[in-house]
Amino acid sequence: MKGPDVETNMQLRRNQQRRYRGRFALLCRPLLLFMLWLGGAVAWAQAPAGNEFDTAVASLPTASYMDKEALAGQIARSGHPQAQALLQGWLDGKLYADASGHIWLEGEGGYVDPASGSAGKVEADDLEKIGTNNRLRKGLKGMLAQFALASPTASARIRAVREMRRELDESAVAALQARLQQETDAAVTNEIELALALAELQAGEPSQRLAAIASLDGDRSAEVYNSLSQMASGDEADADAQVRAAALAAVRSIESWRSFYQGVETLLFGLSLGSVLVLAAIGLAITFGVMGVINMAHGELIMLGAYTAYVMQLLLPNHIGLALLLSIPVAFIVSGLAGVAIERGIVRHLYGRPLETLLATFGLSLVLQQLVRSVFSPLNRSVQTPGFLSGSLQFNDLLSVTWIRLYIVLFMLIVFAALWLTLNKTSLGLKVRAVSQNRRMATAMGIATSRVDAMTFGLGSGIAGIAGVALSQLTNVGPNLGQAYIIDSFMVVVFGGVGNLWGTLIGGMALGVTNKLLEPWVGAVMAKILVLVFIILFIQRRKQGLFPQKGRAAEGH
Amino acid sequence: MKLKFILTAAALGVASFAAQAADTIKVGVLHSLSGTMAISETTLKDTVLMLIEEQNKKGGVMGKKLEAVVVDPASNWPLFAEKAEQLLVKDKVDVVFGCWTSVSRKSVLPVFEKNNGLLFYPVQYEGEESSKNVFYTGASPNQQAIPAVDYLMKDLGVKRWVLAGTDYVYPRTTNKILEAYLKSKGVKPEDIMINYTPFGHSDWQSIVADIKKFGSTGKKTAVVSTINGDANVPFYKELGNQKISAEDIPVVAFSVGEEELAGLDTKPLVGHLAAWNYFQSINTKANKAEIATWQKFIKKPDRTFNDPMEATVIGFNLWVKAVEKAKTTDVSKVSDAIIGLEVPNLTGGTAKMLPNHHLTKPVYIGEIREDGQFDIVWQTKGEVAGDAWSDYLPGSKDVEADWVKLKCGNYNTKTKKCSGQNY
Repeated sequence: MKGPDVETNMQLRRNQQRRYRGRFALLCRPLLLFMLWLGGAVAWAQAPAGNEFDTAVASLPTASYMDKEALAGQIARSGHPQAQALLQGWLDGKLYADASGHIWLEGEGGYVDPASGSAGKVEADDLEKIGTNNRLRKGLKGMLAQFALASPTASARIRAVREMRRELDESAVAALQARLQQETDAAVTNEIELALALAELQAGEPSQRLAAIASLDGDRSAEVYNSLSQMASGDEADADAQVRAAALAAVRSIESWRSFYQGVETLLFGLSLGSVLVLAAIGLAITFGVMGVINMAHGELIMLGAYTAYVMQLLLPNHIGLALLLSIPVAFIVSGLAGVAIERGIVRHLYGRPLETLLATFGLSLVLQQLVRSVFSPLNRSVQTPGFLSGSLQFNDLLSVTWIRLYIVLFMLIVFAALWLTLNKTSLGLKVRAVSQNRRMATAMGIATSRVDAMTFGLGSGIAGIAGVALSQLTNVGPNLGQAYIIDSFMVVVFGGVGNLWGTLIGGMALGVTNKLLEPWVGAVMAKILVLVFIILFIQRRKQGLFPQKGRAAEGH
Repeated sequence: MKLKFILTAAALGVASFAAQAADTIKVGVLHSLSGTMAISETTLKDTVLMLIEEQNKKGGVMGKKLEAVVVDPASNWPLFAEKAEQLLVKDKVDVVFGCWTSVSRKSVLPVFEKNNGLLFYPVQYEGEESSKNVFYTGASPNQQAIPAVDYLMKDLGVKRWVLAGTDYVYPRTTNKILEAYLKSKGVKPEDIMINYTPFGHSDWQSIVADIKKFGSTGKKTAVVSTINGDANVPFYKELGNQKISAEDIPVVAFSVGEEELAGLDTKPLVGHLAAWNYFQSINTKANKAEIATWQKFIKKPDRTFNDPMEATVIGFNLWVKAVEKAKTTDVSKVSDAIIGLEVPNLTGGTAKMLPNHHLTKPVYIGEIREDGQFDIVWQTKGEVAGDAWSDYLPGSKDVEADWVKLKCGNYNTKTKKCSGQNY
């Protein structure tokens, strides 16, 4: 069977929607029959099992993607007990053909024959994967969702109904109706009723459509919004004025919720960008803010942390998540030691000469970049994202937050708290503050100032390393990673007020939120420019930043 | 430092080997080996070195050995011009293979035209140029962008378009052409969203959220991405995190190839598309042989091969053929000889050099697989002829390039005038 070309298939779907309205019933009946055949029918179980399944499976290796879609439908309809397992395996990329055209399904213990489930002896080298493309994957997911309707767990059934909602064709509606009869779980019933109401929006009688709109009240998903807004106005608006008005009212209500959640979303985006900025800048707040050293190699210390995460994952290839967690302390040590070395080797000789420090550390940043290029190659390295960091937290249909961003905010807060405690509650912190406030007096009190300097620089650098681990999850790990963040880091520290941790926190967050608020209006490029202009103007007015340091230290600098 | 040492050593190695022959032909290699673009360009430098080694094994060109002169313009655009001058004037090379970004090409153009040099440029670019001294072996927009959009429109039924790009000349010009093309096909302005981001952009949350919103109006939406290089990684990651799958909103990229994918976690990218004139996964004998030679040369059995590398191979082979035909390395004679020459490309077709200094190329659309390779889902029937000046931009509609009949790179067919400038 040759599949239809895509144009006609699109046509089909459109036509089919209209048929629900009972307008073009006669015209597209043959097409509809074909659609039924293609999409799979109501209950999979009536056709004579076996034969159809076998022929479809046998023709898989040579089929084109178009034919494969039809074959998948045939397999789904065959009612063969192994049909679901086969389609699932296919979707997961575990279906193979050997040289003779026999199909094998990769199971846990090895390769099995999909029809009988009996294991076979085949070499992995001889196998060619039965590929899928986007269209086919979508089709397979729809078919599997209809299987999953019969799943024993309620949550799986809810997922199945949601999946089917994306593409509500006649077979899906029929399957949902059939399921509704025997469904016992209230949540699933509710979900099915909503899906059916969505289909009812296309019903023949205006009263039915009105009822459907009423029952969909409160559902703010994209599918509902799209259907309703199409009914409310435009080329395909509903013929009945009353229905149109009801649809319009519903659309308005959804839209007001949408803009509310959009505001919340923008705010969250801003906070998460802000935390990234704070993370990148907080190490600098120590070295530049507290010690007054302009460290242009700060970005490269971040980069070292990111590469540490990469190396840790190389060392523990089977425990990606664990490797990432372990790389937090390891990166602190690596970057911290690098920082101590920089302080002892270079910065120590240049105290009180900011210009020379700037040039020396800038040169050092180039050296570190080229070092990484030579050791790890100039190509970006791939740091894997563990499962618990990917995906998003879905609050409702309109608001979801990606996990990684939530973790970054949390991580930033923890790092900030730890650093604050270190500076304010430990003896090292006391010494650091003493030295930064009045070096000579501190020396007189018996503090080994040069040792404290090294420790402070090491602490700031170590924090930069930790930031690098976090950034490895957000951006590219490559030789240029540091350069991308050095300007932003200085911006945050200067804006927040040199020498003030709280200033860095508030400053970074404020810049992040401002950037994200501007972005929808003026675009990403312009938003960045405007933020820079704002900072320049701000620094003109308040030379000391948001939270200027008070007292003798400020004058002493 | 170590890298540079190896490079110099490699160059010296080739040089000393070549010195045994009495007379050599010098081949300049002008690719960044450090800085931002090193990531992409180092590979092309190695490709040229491999081609030279292979050619010398076959006895060189016209009985003379080839000698590589490698310089490092360090991703620094003015330095490109300086190094080009050095290659042409001081080293007196006979041909140069080089450049990646359009801005580096624009920077060396005057140098090549002043000194009558010969440059083979192997990367897909925005078009709107045809220089007497440059041969463009990568795709022009009508060999990549336009066919890709056609595929999305006809085969996937896409009705709404997001044109997302990095903010510089290639994406801006390409998107201008695409916008004009889409409008000529009846797409309404409100169904096109254009978005630019800075180089190396890493915070994609709000842009991806915008795309999601733009794409959730019931009409099929696709993203046409001219996002450059490594900004792609966080972009695709964010798409994955916000649960935008390739089934709902496919992204077709013009700058993401095998080499770029090798550096990232491909899981969130599976199913998204890329349009190129070559894919490593295309199953032909020539392709397999070339990949094997490459992996042997670079001594890494899993190194990838990509589109600009194929373009380098084609350009090199065409140049060798032209030199042999012209029986000299003189730039003007080689430039005349090369037009109309054909060499097989790696995907089973032929690449022919056209009078406008562009090539005929097949166009492929591939879906990203989990192993970082592509599944070919669509291809043009035969090759598409490269068009230097886009037919969809008001400024360049009437402009033509023909170095045989018109002897001009920008001949205006309306005013019947050659604008005089060489590019």
